[in-house]
Amino acid sequence: MTTPRLQLTGITKRYPGVVANNGVSLSVAPGEVHAVLGENGAGKSTLMKIIYGSVKPDEGSVMFNGRPVHVRNPQEARALGISMVFQHFSLFDTLTVAENVWLGLDKSLTLSEVSASITAKAAEYGLDIDPSRPVHTLSVGEMQRVEIIRALLTSPQLLILDEPTSVLTPQAVEKLFVVLNKLASEGCSILYISHKLHEIRELCTACTVLRGGQVTGVCDPREESNASLSRLMIGAEPPALNVRALHAGATVLEVSGLTLASDDPFGTDLNDIALTVRAGEVVGIAGVSGNGQSELLVCLSGEDRRAPPGSIRVAGKDASRYGPGKRRALGLHFVPEERLGRGAVPTLSLAQNLLLSRRDALGAGGWIKVGALRAQAAGIIARYNVKANGPDAAAKSLSGGNLQKFIVGREIEAKPKLLIVSQPTWGVDVGASAQIRGEILALRDAGCAVLVVSEELDELFEISDRLHVIAKGRLSPSLDRAEATIEHIGEWMSGLWDAQGASNNKNEETAHAAA
Amino acid sequence: MLRLEVRPQPSKGWGYASPLLALAITVVIGVVLFAVLGKDPVRGLQVFFWEPIKSSYALSELMVKATPLLIIALGLAVCFRSNVWNIGAEGQYLIGAIFAAGVALTADKTTGPWIVPAIIAAGVLGGMVWAGITALLRDRFNANEILVSLMLVYVAVQVLNFLVYGPWKDPLGYNFPQTKTFEAVTQIPRLMQGSRVNIGLLLALAGVGAVWVFLFRTYAGYGQLVGGLAPAAARYAGFSSRKALWIALLTSGGMAGLAGALEVAGPIGQLTPYVPAGYGFAAIIVAFVGRLHPVGIVFSAILMSMFYIGGELAQSRLGLPKSITGVFQGLLLFALLACDTLIAYRIRYIPAALRATPSRGRSLQTGQAGSAAPLGSVAGAQSPVVSGSVQAGQE
Repeated sequence: MTTPRLQLTGITKRYPGVVANNGVSLSVAPGEVHAVLGENGAGKSTLMKIIYGSVKPDEGSVMFNGRPVHVRNPQEARALGISMVFQHFSLFDTLTVAENVWLGLDKSLTLSEVSASITAKAAEYGLDIDPSRPVHTLSVGEMQRVEIIRALLTSPQLLILDEPTSVLTPQAVEKLFVVLNKLASEGCSILYISHKLHEIRELCTACTVLRGGQVTGVCDPREESNASLSRLMIGAEPPALNVRALHAGATVLEVSGLTLASDDPFGTDLNDIALTVRAGEVVGIAGVSGNGQSELLVCLSGEDRRAPPGSIRVAGKDASRYGPGKRRALGLHFVPEERLGRGAVPTLSLAQNLLLSRRDALGAGGWIKVGALRAQAAGIIARYNVKANGPDAAAKSLSGGNLQKFIVGREIEAKPKLLIVSQPTWGVDVGASAQIRGEILALRDAGCAVLVVSEELDELFEISDRLHVIAKGRLSPSLDRAEATIEHIGEWMSGLWDAQGASNNKNEETAHAAA
Repeated sequence: MLRLEVRPQPSKGWGYASPLLALAITVVIGVVLFAVLGKDPVRGLQVFFWEPIKSSYALSELMVKATPLLIIALGLAVCFRSNVWNIGAEGQYLIGAIFAAGVALTADKTTGPWIVPAIIAAGVLGGMVWAGITALLRDRFNANEILVSLMLVYVAVQVLNFLVYGPWKDPLGYNFPQTKTFEAVTQIPRLMQGSRVNIGLLLALAGVGAVWVFLFRTYAGYGQLVGGLAPAAARYAGFSSRKALWIALLTSGGMAGLAGALEVAGPIGQLTPYVPAGYGFAAIIVAFVGRLHPVGIVFSAILMSMFYIGGELAQSRLGLPKSITGVFQGLLLFALLACDTLIAYRIRYIPAALRATPSRGRSLQTGQAGSAAPLGSVAGAQSPVVSGSVQAGQE
């Protein structure tokens, strides 16, 4: 066997109160696409940060191309030939592609040289991109291409990708895989972090599974099933979701003629959105992020009160100008996509965070009954199996999945008539995801109307009764889940659901969709 | 060698210890300062920390100075916790004093004691009006409240000067720029004979309780906190940021105006160009040294009051300029800001010998300068010095 490109031996990293990595060993061969699979909090990010030099391990050694190395910072990692594409892009919206790439490069190059090398790299890997375009005009898929090109310009021998497909359309994912396979065939090793089991099985030739900071399995994912992989990852099968026939009742949310210009210059304008959600059904909205989801959600939640009068009716009442508090009084509860900073105040305790959307523990004149509040929080922590250090734990001390369980629990306990959930399981591990989806379905069975906005098609197909697609601020007609296919929805994601619009700019839009 | 390391979680203990350490550092620098100035440091410390508390009269003077600081700082704590940066409490204090003086000047021999509540109310109103200008400009035109409130301090000083040099000048005052002395009935009631402490102290202590309850036990106060900590969460919850802005500025303005009224109708008894004593600015330091917590502010207000009195005594006893007060205030604030680093960071001592042992790699910077050098070799031990700019240069 040849010398491994990267060899980790006995990597241990302790943080106070938690061992993030415990004796982790990992070996990546040259030209191998190696998956790192694990629940949130399993230690994947810490491990990647150790490889990339932003965290020091307490114990263990890192060998790169057979030589022991101590990577002190990302600059050194890049000098060694290690590049990383982060889940969240670090691009400046107002700069062009070339300027953004230039920022991370040696300053001896001129801008035109950088542009030329971008074009050359792009042509080599079929990553079509115009270096002179400002980044804010790019789709998310195109932004990711910029990040990948930026990584490739350093001619990496090891490329780390953190959840690269979470923001891509199915078509764009296929294109990404072509690029990754080409890279691997040229001898570049790839570390691929993902929750999506089928992607790992399709792309990767080796897989290291982490659980609780330890390696629980090394396998060839092509020979495994989703079930066997998730067993390695969470130790047990995720609980099955109960699916049953639709018993939709009265209309709870009715949106019609919702047209609204975004107040953010880089935002998306909403264009004649029409949508109905009835009691006892889950309606899903698919779409690539940045197509108007956040603008629509702030209109629905009441955080943006500029919606035209009559455009949003909740339980029969015109709520388009109501603030969030008044809408909650109508039974509308909302779980936002951003947990820390929006769904919860990071530095406040879980109990105090209840008050954001719940007023049960308030007495006359807005007096906060601290005892009742803590009891209420403790109840949610127990019922929703939130791993937290009691009701006084600060929100930011929880992992993403546990905080999401708490927030979802907080909104569900309010017995809403209409629950709107954005990205219910974004960055949440498999076990918690299954639990959250189960809670959403139980709520639906109890007769609540549910609207779910998600980028994860699998998730939407799993829980929705009907599906819409949002693209460029417009909402597609609804589609029963039974009739919907991934390909169909994927095509709609580029805005092609009505024939007339399609004929004009079909070619251009398909190109966008593929991005 | 020493290194700063990020703590995984901010230290609660240092949140309390940091002001104490800052005070200690201030005292040490003060001792050095006295020595350099050729004064006996022990005598200097005595003037600042013993004389202000050594007799019941000294204590009562300490309370007289601490009262306005406490009242203003309480309002600022609400404001700063709401993430609204009102730097102009001094101006609101002045306008409060002017409004209060306006009411006090209407009194004559026949006026009843109802004038006192009217004076206090006028002071609160004056402070609110002045802070309201800042709130309006911020709300309506998104003007920066730090600049607006600060600039309005200087406007307020000019308003005061205009009044005492012009329309309100005492005709019998030998052309001194001051109003006539207020009628005795306007005097804020004193707590006891022989001391200048008045009911302002009781109002301040009631304010401590009220601010604590407001911030930590009411939904409205919770909204202010959330708006300050996480604006997006406040929007999500439905707390209006405009309302929070107005509450924050009107509260702090009203409190500063109250302090102004208590001062001008209390210890001073007339309007003079010397009403602005810097309480509004000192209260910013008081608020932060007290950790923006009502109870903490009680202690920091007393400390700051000691600096004020100590500065005056240093002038008469040691022959030092009165501005020594400002020096101590500044030292304390700087020391506090520096010590607050310890809340989020910890200092680690790394013995030089250990630095050459790469296997203890946690907090050592033992990377091999970009290229892969053999582990534990002499080259590996030396390379940090070559490339690590922060800790290099000791070998």
